[in-house]
Order: sequence, then C-alpha cells, then structure tokens
Amino acid sequence: MADSTSQSRSRDLDKLLLRPGNLVGPTFEAGTELRDDLKEYVRVLVIGAGGLGCELLKDLAFSGFRNLEVIDMDRIEVTNLNRQFLFRLEDVGKPKAEVAAKKVMERVNGVDIKPHFCRIEDKPISFYSDFQIIVLGLDSVEARSYINSVACGFLEYDSDDNPREETIKPMVDGGTEGFKGHARIIMPGVTPCFECTIWLFPPQVKFPLCTLAETPRTAAHCIEYAHLIKWDEVHSGKTFDPDDPEHMQWVYSEAVKRAELFGIPGVTYSLTQGVVKNIIPAIASTNAIISAACALETLKLVSGCSKTLSNYLTYNGVEGLHTKVTEFVRDKECLVCGPGVLIELEASVTLKKFIGLLEDHPKLLLTRVSVTYRGKNLYMQAPPVLEEMTRSNLDLPLFELMSKSPRDIVHVTGAAGKGDTKQSCSRKLRVVFKGIDGVTDMDMAGGA
Amino acid sequence: MAEPKVKYDRQLRIWGEQGQAALEKASICLLNCGPTGSETLKNLVLGGVGSITVVDGSKVEEGDLGNNFMVDEASVGQSKAKCVCAFLQELNDAVKAKFIEEHPKELIETNPSFFSQFTLVIATQLVEDSMVKLDRICREANVILLFARSYGLMGLVRISVKEHTVIESKPDHFLDDLRLNNPWPELRRFAETIDLNTADAVVHKHTPYIIILVKLAEEWANTHGGNLPSTREEKRQLKDLIKSKMITADEENYKEAVEASYKLFSPQGTGPNLQKIIDDSCTEVDSSSSDFWVMVAALKEFIANEGGGETPLEGSIPDMTSSTELYINLQKTYQAKAEADFLVMEQKVRNLLKKIGRDPASISKANIKSFCKNARKLAVCRYRLIEDEFNSPVQPELQKYLTDEDYGTLQEANSLKVLPENTAVGLYILLRAADRFAANYNKFPGQFDGEMDEDISRLKTTAVGLLNDLGCNGSALSEDLINEMCRYGASELHAVAAFVGGVASQEVIKLITRQFIPMSGTFIFNGIDHKSQLLLL
Repeated sequence: MADSTSQSRSRDLDKLLLRPGNLVGPTFEAGTELRDDLKEYVRVLVIGAGGLGCELLKDLAFSGFRNLEVIDMDRIEVTNLNRQFLFRLEDVGKPKAEVAAKKVMERVNGVDIKPHFCRIEDKPISFYSDFQIIVLGLDSVEARSYINSVACGFLEYDSDDNPREETIKPMVDGGTEGFKGHARIIMPGVTPCFECTIWLFPPQVKFPLCTLAETPRTAAHCIEYAHLIKWDEVHSGKTFDPDDPEHMQWVYSEAVKRAELFGIPGVTYSLTQGVVKNIIPAIASTNAIISAACALETLKLVSGCSKTLSNYLTYNGVEGLHTKVTEFVRDKECLVCGPGVLIELEASVTLKKFIGLLEDHPKLLLTRVSVTYRGKNLYMQAPPVLEEMTRSNLDLPLFELMSKSPRDIVHVTGAAGKGDTKQSCSRKLRVVFKGIDGVTDMDMAGGA
Repeated sequence: MAEPKVKYDRQLRIWGEQGQAALEKASICLLNCGPTGSETLKNLVLGGVGSITVVDGSKVEEGDLGNNFMVDEASVGQSKAKCVCAFLQELNDAVKAKFIEEHPKELIETNPSFFSQFTLVIATQLVEDSMVKLDRICREANVILLFARSYGLMGLVRISVKEHTVIESKPDHFLDDLRLNNPWPELRRFAETIDLNTADAVVHKHTPYIIILVKLAEEWANTHGGNLPSTREEKRQLKDLIKSKMITADEENYKEAVEASYKLFSPQGTGPNLQKIIDDSCTEVDSSSSDFWVMVAALKEFIANEGGGETPLEGSIPDMTSSTELYINLQKTYQAKAEADFLVMEQKVRNLLKKIGRDPASISKANIKSFCKNARKLAVCRYRLIEDEFNSPVQPELQKYLTDEDYGTLQEANSLKVLPENTAVGLYILLRAADRFAANYNKFPGQFDGEMDEDISRLKTTAVGLLNDLGCNGSALSEDLINEMCRYGASELHAVAAFVGGVASQEVIKLITRQFIPMSGTFIFNGIDHKSQLLLL
C-alpha cells in the first residue's frame, strides 16, 4: 500500500497522533480528529520570547499547535544573538515578542502567533484564562511566581476539597543556567505548584553593607560598593540605570579605584556588568534542550499521545551528562494552589476594612489590594478610571457586595511581602461570614 | 557586524576567550541535515564555530516542512543541504558555511579520506552499518566523532574518540585546596603571627577562618598525640573548642570556622580519580606522548617528591569574613606557594620534554600554570569503538540494566525476564533491532500504515535474535514497548530532534573547548517519561 501520509507536512507527527498505542495518557484517542482539534481549538500561551521563548515558539509550531500567543516586555539586545536564533543584528532594539512571532510565522506555514509587547502584570487576569495551557520560558523567580499565582487562581475546589478538573490550568516551566536546566509540569491542585517548591530557588545572597564599606576583599565587593554606596553619594537623587553604558562605565572606574586602594585584583568591565546586572550565563544548546522538553510535555499533556513527565526534570551537563526525574509532592498548606486562605468576617465589615485586614494578615501581608468577586471588580487600584469607578464600593459591606453569599471565593491581587522584597501576586481567599449560614440556607430554601 | 565580545558575552562567561578561540578554529562536518542535524548545527553556528560543512544528498520534500525550521515552502525539490546551509549562514556571518550534495552513506563507502580534514564529525540519523564504518574511519584519522539519532519519542547520542583529556573540567562543587590539616611552613608561620586571644574585639572578629582552623587544629593535635579528630565525638569536641574562642555570639568568622571545620578532615593527598590517571601507563612518556601526558608524568614526579604526596597548590581561597589586610596577605601566601610549586613543575616538564627529544619550550608557561591549578580536577575520557559496543557490550553492565528494578517492576512471564514496559535499555535494544529490521526488509518497522501487525511480530523476532546474539537470552522486551517502537515508524519529531540536537551540540562544545567533562557511554533519550539513561556498554 502506498504511504498516504508521506508527502504531508504532518508526516512525522501523524505517527504519534494517528496511531493508537499502549504507553499513552488515559484520554488519548488517536485519529485525525485529535490532530484537527490541536490545530483548531487549542490555544497555547508562551511567556517570554528570549532564549527559551524563541525555541519554544518554533518547537510548539512543529508540534501540531496553530494558535500561539507570546508575551514579553523586552527589546532585542546584541548579547541575545548567541542563542536567540530568531533575531538578527538588524533586529536589535525591536520588541522580542513581535520579531519572534513574525519570524516563526514566516517559516512555518499555517501557524498563527499573536505577540504581546508588555509586562505580564499589564494583562487582565481574564487574558490568561483563555489558554488551554501556559508555557513559561522565564529567567526570574518573581515572574514565575506571578504567573503561577494567576494560573492557580483559576483553580476551584469542590465541597470535599478536591480540585475541579475543568478549572485546572496546566503550566509547563523551563529554566536554564549555563550547562544546567530544569523542565517541569505544574497541574495546579494535582502536582506541586511553583510556590509549593519555592525552596528550589534559594534567595540570592547579598553582601553585607559593612563588608562593602569597611572590609572589601574581592573584586565583587569593590563593584558593589561603587554600585550601591558610592553612586548614591555622588549622584544624589539620580537612579542608577544598568542599561546606560555611561552609568556602568562610572561604576567600573570607581570600582577600579577602590580595588587599587585596597590592593584587590580582578576588577574588569565584564565582571562589573556581571555583578551589577546579576548576569546568568546562557548558551544555545541548553536552551534548546530545556525548551524541547517543555514543548514535548505540552504536546503530551494536551493530546495524551504519551505518558508525561512526573513532574520535575533536571539536566546537568557540567560533569558528564546527568538527567534526573523527581516526583515532588504538593504542600497541602500552600497559600497559592490550596483551597484558599480562610477569612472569617462579620457581615458588617466594609470592603475598606476587609482590604485593611489583608495587610495585617500574617499569612498574606498584602498591600495595594484590588478585589474581584466572580469576575466583577469590587475595587481596583489601577488604572485611575477603574479606581474611580469602584471607589464608592469601599464603604459598602463586603457581604452586600458578595450578593449576601454566606461563603464564597474572593480573588485579590496586590503586593506581598515586606520592604524591598515585595512582589506582585494574586491570592484566593475563602470568605465566610459568621452567623449567617442558617439564615441564608433558609432563604435559599424559600426561594427555590 | 556586531562586536564579538558583546555578541558572545553570555557564553564567554562560561568558557572564556580560550574556549571561544578553540570554537572559532574548529571545522565541523554534519552528515544528514534533517531536524536532528540542523538543530545540532544551529546551536553551534550561533556560538561561533569556525566552519561547517553540511553533507546531505536528499531533496526537500513536503514532509520536511513539518519538522525542519531550516527549510521552507520555496525549498521543496531543492537540495536539502543547500537550503539548510543557507539558513545557518544567515544566523552568523562569522561562520564559514558550505554544503556537499551527496549521500553520507555513499561518501563513507567511497571516500573515507574526506573525513580527515575536520576537527569533528557529527553523524545524524545513520543506521548501524554506516555508523560502524564511519567510526573506523574517524578513529584511524584521529577525528572526533559524535552520533546523534532521533527516532519517534526516543533518541541516542554517543561520542567516539580514542581519548579526550581535560585540564579545565570546571566542576560545580569541588573542595577548596586549603591544606588546613597539612599547612606548609609559610602558612604555619603566617598563622603564628596572629593571636586568637587578642583583646582587640575588632581584630578578633576579623580573623579569617583559615587562620582560626589552622591554629586550633594545631592546638588540638598538641593535646592529642599529634593527631586530628577522627571520631564523630572528637569532631564535635573540636567544634566546641572553636566556639569556646568566641568573644560574642555574633562573630561571623567563628561561625564560618565551625561550618568549615569539616575541611580539616578531608583526606590528604590525591583522590581516587587523580590516582587512576597517575597510574595510567601513558605516564611512561615518549616522543609521541601528548602535552597532557607529559604534564601528568611531571605531576607524578612532583607528588612523589617535592609535593610530599600532594599536588601543586591551587593558590586561590574562597571569600570569608576578614579584614581586608589579613585576607589579602593570606591570599598572597597561597599564591606564593602556588607559584613556587608551579616553578618546580615547569622545570620537571621542561626536563621531560628534553628527555623525550622534544623542544623543552614546546609547552607554554600558561598551559603548565593552568595544569597546576587544575591538577586535582584532571579528566581522561576514553570511548570504545562502536563496533565493539555493538558486538560485545560490557556484559555485567548490560545485565545490570536489563535487571534494573529502579525503572519499574520486572514481570516474570514464561520463565523469561520481561523488562518493565519502558526502559532506556529496552529502547536501545529496539533501536538496534529496528536497524537490523531495516537491513532485512528495506524499510523501518511501522514506516508504512497498514503493515503494523506484521511489522510488530517481525520486530519482536528481530529483537529476540539480537538479545540472543548479545548473550541475553534470558530477557525479553515488553510487548507494549515493541508496539510503541513500531508506532514511531522511524519518524523524526521536531521536539525530540531539538532535544537530541541540543544534547549533541552541548557535548561538541565540551569536546572542542576541552573544558568541562563530556558524557561517557551511550545516552538514551526517553521521551516517554524522561527517564533517560547513560548506558556504559
């Protein structure tokens, strides 16, 4: 028999999608319908159009997906060109998301990629609910944490505290550093979320200020002295901009002076940039490996065409080659993917007072809080138009604003943490009004 | 053209200018430019390798548009090598890119001398027979060879070279070379100038932990018959001794001393890895010896004589709480000893070179210095001929993988040991069986729709035959895995090719820069659940 698919551009992928197998996911149904569904109905969001993002867009476009979107706030720099293969020298200065989307659409026929040149926080939460799956190609803990909190915010639990399957928003996350990297699957409510295993990303160690000021010993100490102490002394009020070459040059020459004063070797311009910008070395091969693993897991999660990673893969090519799969477990107490923080309130508490409570709540410590209830904005900090529209709600009892529901989920966004460790996040709260239960049950019975 | 220093900044931070220079000197040949080959080369072209030669005799087909980013609509019907080469050139104009429109299989048969012009050959999607022939050619010509293969959800990467030696292995975690339990006279004298019982609180809390540990280890030894703590209890007592010297509870340097006290108990002398290298017969050098082995021979002499069982001192110390002055002076003490050791080593290297009839200046000072600094971290990698692995795999290893229960529970069926449904070794055996199948039936199992049932039973028979040939007639593969292999039908999925190509390019970079340690054995990528494995066959 002639091979009917050999001349189709889905020649290779068809083997996996059209043929039944025994080592597959529980929902797998091989056939052209599956292939067409991937094309027509599945929407994938890629976060980041950098080293991982460029690879991810290409890999996903070749994995049967046709509807992709990508979000990235950065512009292309010369230092990206050693690995971000969709960019050329003439693209420097242009938005990464836009160039990456255009380049992949030019080469892979039929794929549609919508770029978003903005911060991830600029998109309304509802934007993220439109996708079947979110793939993360990021280099910051803060951004991962934010997206994780958004995706986990969609999760609902039933009365037995089991996650409702239709509310699970799966994520696939990748990260690299030099010859090392990780890829993981996050199924909120089922596998650990980013916050459950936050200890995998230990906070960056900072030098004590007294070391910088009094007992410098290394080149990095001299650089950080110039960057963190001397700059402010000399440029009162002017913020240091790491992307301004003149600023960097100033820090470098000050660091050199200090190093000479103390007889410390090793200050170079390259090291100055590395220390000040906290540059993580990055190469094409590792990004390719991790992105490919993420794209493959995305395909398998969505189509069921094979088993999936369970749930965390590490790759290390420094000494030989080591890969390891670890099955991490959920933190049952997790604030982000758990059933939500329980908040018990009197029915008379106003929205304003409620917002104040969140600031002092030991588990939350939230400031600049915006509140939504069942998709409705109760109070928004920004933009000013929305703030003005929702301001009058502040003096109303939350109980009224929640349509007198005795217990329900409220979503809040704001800044968590204290001092300079604050970061954007979204939290799910289980609000219960004291002493209301019985009355409402009767009301409901009467109204039915 | 962008300033290379800026363009390559993020990788120069990993392999430095020397590594980059090695890449820019390398000439690389790629055999077959499907997605596995072109993705491998893409990562190397971006990094700035010197030159590439793409060898592929096929024309671009419609099907290639669904898995290869380096061809497009307009390429259909044209030479694949030409299209891929043109795209790769666009990625980096500093790279010399050329292509040869010829089938690698035929080139291997008809023109073996072709391969000797390259630093390294990347052979993708070759079947067993061609792999074996090419391996012999490259081994003969002393060209580094790397195989990469994607097949459905699985893949294979294998390095083949007689010997690869590494000086700058740059491990992530390696014990600092501090000699706390074996201080040389200058370090001991330096420590003697410092009084831990000083009344000056500022000086007290700015004494580096190296000094604290050297002095207290000596104090301990003086009261314990010249010995250091060996039992857990004694080690605890030493920690208590350190703590007892604290004036206030917030002295960071003493906390660091307690934490670093384990460094006192690290064994002296050479570790087992280095010992194996020193004991290698290659240390009996002659005029054909490589620079590496000449330096190892010098190192062996150094350890046996001037070193007193130790390698040349590395000469650097980690950052630690200290006054600037003490730290800098301590640093200088370590550097001075390292420099003295280097001078002894340099003399030995020059003498050895003279002895074997080479120019005594033929190994540069910088290379000897780097060798001394990395003496504890040297690595030697040797690879079997692929033919030997295929015909006579290391039996104990093979048996171990076949009965490895880490990857599932073995099922006993008809007194055969049936492997768990999904293991790297199972995929390895089946990939080889698929090549035998292809040699017999002129197609891969499951390549065509409608012949699946027949192919499954034929692949099973082939696999059983292969296992018998390998001396594993007590083992059998799971039906599910055989079925899965037929389902793949020799497809080259883009995501799998990108993974395999990524691994291959990373290994190539390690081999060319001679930094970091390349993988040993045969890497089997398991795209089913990512339980990939290195098989040391």
